[in-house]
Amino acid sequence: MAIFGLWVINKAGGLVYQRNFADGLAQLTSNEYLVLAGTLHGIHAITSRLSPIPGSSSGAQVIEGETFKMTILLTATGTKFVLLTSIAEPSADGTLQKVYDAYADAVMKNPFHTPEMPIRSDGFEQRITALIGDGRTS
Amino acid sequence: MSSAYAHPHPRLSSVTSAASSPTASSSRFSLPSAATLVTASKAGTGQRPNIYDRNLNKTRVAEVSGSAFSFLFSEVVQYTQKRVSGINDLERRLNTLGYRVGIRVLELMIWRAESSSKAPKREIRLLPSLMSIHTHVWRAVFGRPADALEKSVENADEYMIIDNDPLVERHISVPKDLSQLSCSSFTAGIVEAVLDGLGLPARVTAHSTPTAQYPNRTTVLIKLEKSVLEREELLK
Repeated sequence: MAIFGLWVINKAGGLVYQRNFADGLAQLTSNEYLVLAGTLHGIHAITSRLSPIPGSSSGAQVIEGETFKMTILLTATGTKFVLLTSIAEPSADGTLQKVYDAYADAVMKNPFHTPEMPIRSDGFEQRITALIGDGRTS
Repeated sequence: MSSAYAHPHPRLSSVTSAASSPTASSSRFSLPSAATLVTASKAGTGQRPNIYDRNLNKTRVAEVSGSAFSFLFSEVVQYTQKRVSGINDLERRLNTLGYRVGIRVLELMIWRAESSSKAPKREIRLLPSLMSIHTHVWRAVFGRPADALEKSVENADEYMIIDNDPLVERHISVPKDLSQLSCSSFTAGIVEAVLDGLGLPARVTAHSTPTAQYPNRTTVLIKLEKSVLEREELLK
């Protein structure tokens, strides 16, 4: 089981943070990551209107492939955290919550971060490294 | 001060017993009206007294949320940064803001010392004052004492207070192009105000001195004025 990558998508659909951990998925160029994040943002917006029950919906939470799955956490402010993991990875939801924690602490409370702009914060990097490390989970 | 405090200091009782509560005559001050204050506090957690009527000596429940402070301080730094031209200017402004806090910290600490101990003491010598800043001011402001108090080897007029993980910088990552900046200048301002208030004028600055174990380690450098050392010499 492994965690392959983490994305943070801002509320406008821009990729503000992208980092790879365990090997296993093909590497994309940074431009491809941007396109993928923007597309996912659009898909998520549509899926959140698909619910058969009227009212607000969370939208897609897990998108699964044959060899990997992506778990999506949508926050109340519209920021999305996406974790790419192996299929059997059980800690994806818990890890995303902890990433959200780290984001709230090390990014939002940092006066040198501009909202909606790419995240360049040593504190956030360190928190993510401590949390996920090389992406190998058990 | 007013009779609204649960246990006013005995020495103040004769002066204050006739005075009314500050919120009752709030039209004289630029305070929010008593009615809004009462409804605001009632809407929250029931019958809490408003902030002006709370007992100043209850330190245990007077703690505020660390997250709320971090957000506020972050905004303070951003606001200040928009209005300055360089790192020195930014540090100076943060220092000035801290100074305004420090004046109040000293007043509050003296008020608490007066009402809690039978023989309240005012520090007049240099070393006990510095020890008191290291321990009591830090505990009053940050909830724990600082990690070290050191005397400079090279200069007789320099002392250093060291904090391994300063609360104000816990969530701050300074970008590389501002690597000289230390947001603890705010703390330095607090220290400067307390020293000034105790009659020990000094110039106080903050410097990042990271170690492998403590990446946020900060040294607050106190450079005392000549007059202070001369007076210490006479008091010996």
